[in-house]
Amino acid sequence: MESYLSLFETYDVPAAFWVNIQLSFWSAIWALALGTVLALFRISPILSLQWFGAAYVNIFRNTPLTIILAFGFLGLFSVMQISLADDLNLSLFRIAIVGLSLYHAAFVCEAIRSGVNTVPLGQAEAARAIGLGFLPAARLIILPQAFRGAIAPLGNVLIALIKNSTVAAAGSVAAESSSLMKTMIEFRSDLVIPIFLTFALGFVILVIPIGLLTTWASRKLAVAR
Amino acid sequence: MRKTRYAAAAMAAAAALTLSACGGGDDASSSGESGDAGGEVVRIGIKFDQPGLGYNEGGSYSGFDVDVAKYVANELGYSEDQIEFVESPSANRENMLANDQVDMIFATYSITDTRKETVAFAGPYFIAGQDLLVPTDSDITGPEDLEGKNLCSVTGSTSAQKIKDQYPGVQLVEQPGYAECVTAMGGGQIDAVTTDDIILAGLAAQEANAGKFKVVGNTFSEEKYGVGLPQDSDQCEDINAAITKMIDEGDWEEALTANTEGADYSYNEDLNPPEPDDCA
Repeated sequence: MESYLSLFETYDVPAAFWVNIQLSFWSAIWALALGTVLALFRISPILSLQWFGAAYVNIFRNTPLTIILAFGFLGLFSVMQISLADDLNLSLFRIAIVGLSLYHAAFVCEAIRSGVNTVPLGQAEAARAIGLGFLPAARLIILPQAFRGAIAPLGNVLIALIKNSTVAAAGSVAAESSSLMKTMIEFRSDLVIPIFLTFALGFVILVIPIGLLTTWASRKLAVAR
Repeated sequence: MRKTRYAAAAMAAAAALTLSACGGGDDASSSGESGDAGGEVVRIGIKFDQPGLGYNEGGSYSGFDVDVAKYVANELGYSEDQIEFVESPSANRENMLANDQVDMIFATYSITDTRKETVAFAGPYFIAGQDLLVPTDSDITGPEDLEGKNLCSVTGSTSAQKIKDQYPGVQLVEQPGYAECVTAMGGGQIDAVTTDDIILAGLAAQEANAGKFKVVGNTFSEEKYGVGLPQDSDQCEDINAAITKMIDEGDWEEALTANTEGADYSYNEDLNPPEPDDCA
C-alpha cells in the first residue's frame, strides 16, 4: 500500500488526466462546430453539398483514429513540416486536436442528423410556408429542435472522445494519461495491476458524470410532442 | 428461419476456431530427435520489432539477442528446433515470466532493482548505454548539444525519462516505436533519436537507413542487459556459464559485429564484454 501511494508523489497523475481533459475540451468544440456544418450539408437541398457531407462522414468514420493521429505526426508534422505553434509540444498537441476533431466531427454529424429525424416533416413545411429559406429555416426551426433531440447521442460521442483522447499518444502528445501509465509500468513493474486500475478508475470518474448529465438533459430538454 | 439461425451459429463457431488458431501456443512436441532436454521445448521471449537485436522477418528471427539466446539454449541442451520464440514487449516482460508464458527472456532487458523484486536475472550478456542517433552530417556530439533541439524517444521508456529528468531544455517527442522516430528524423523535423546504443546501431544498420544516420558514441548511462528468469528458476548458474563460454570462444564478438554491420558503430570496450553477476 505504501509503495502504491508513493507512486503519486513520483508521478503527477492528475496532471496527465488534465491533458486528456484539455484535449477533449478543444476537440469537442471543434468537432461540434464542424459536425454541425456537415449535418447542414447533409440535409441541404444542394446535391453536391449532400454528397460532400456523406463522403466526409464515410471516410473519417471508417478510418481508425490511430491512423489519423499517426498521420498527423508522421505526415503533417514530419514530412509536410506543418507547425501549429513555435513550441514543439504545443504544436503536436494542436495537431492531435485537429485529428481528434476531424474524426469525431463525423460522429457529431450523424448524431445531429439523427436529431433532425426527430423533427416532424410538418415543421420544415411550416417554415417554408411562412417564407423562410433553407438556412433561416434550419437556424430558427430545425436545428434548435434537432439539438434537443440529439443530446443523448451527442453525449455518447463526447464519452467516446474523452476515452479516445488517449490515442493522442500516437500523435506524440506524451503528457497525456495513457503515456504516463506506460512510463509508470516501465519503472514500477511490481505494481502493474494497481497502476492499470488507477487509470481505469480515473476514466470512469471522468465519464460517469457526463453520462448522468446527458441522460438527465436529454429527458429535460426533449421536445414534448 | 431455423436454417439461418444454424448458419449463424456455424459461422460463429468457425470464426471462433479460426481466431483461436491465432493464439499460438501450439505444442511442438514432435521434434524427432531428443537432446539432453528430452524433446522439450524452451520458450524464449524476445523483441519482434527491434532490428539488430530481436527481429521477426516473416517467421525467421534475427539479431544479437536471438543469437545469444540460441547459443545459451544450445548450451543448456536444446537444439535449435526446440526453441520457440515468443514476442515479449517491454511492458509485458515481468508478467510473462510470472505467469509461466516464457522460460527466459532475452529482450534488451536491463537489470534493475525494481525488476529484481519480481523476476530473477542471469547475465548481463551486454552492457549498453544510452546514446544518440543523428543524421550523418549532424554536428551533435552528445546530450549537451541538444539544448533547444528536437529529440525523439519511445513513450514511457527509461531513455525518455532520463532526458526529461536530466536535460529539461531538450524538446522531447515521444512516439510509440523507434521506427516512427527514425522516419520522423528522415523527414528532418527531428534532430536526434535516443535510446541504448546497440538498439540505435540496429536501426541504423537497416537496409532502408544505410548511410543516413550515425551513432554518436558518447554514452551517458549504463544498461546491463540480463536474461530474465522466473524468480524460482535454477538455471541462472548454467546460463552464466554459457554466456562466459560464448564470450571466451569469440562467438559473442562475432554475433555483435554481424548484427551491427553497416552501422557506424563500435560498442563500449571499457564495459564489454561483461562479466556475469553472481546468481542470487
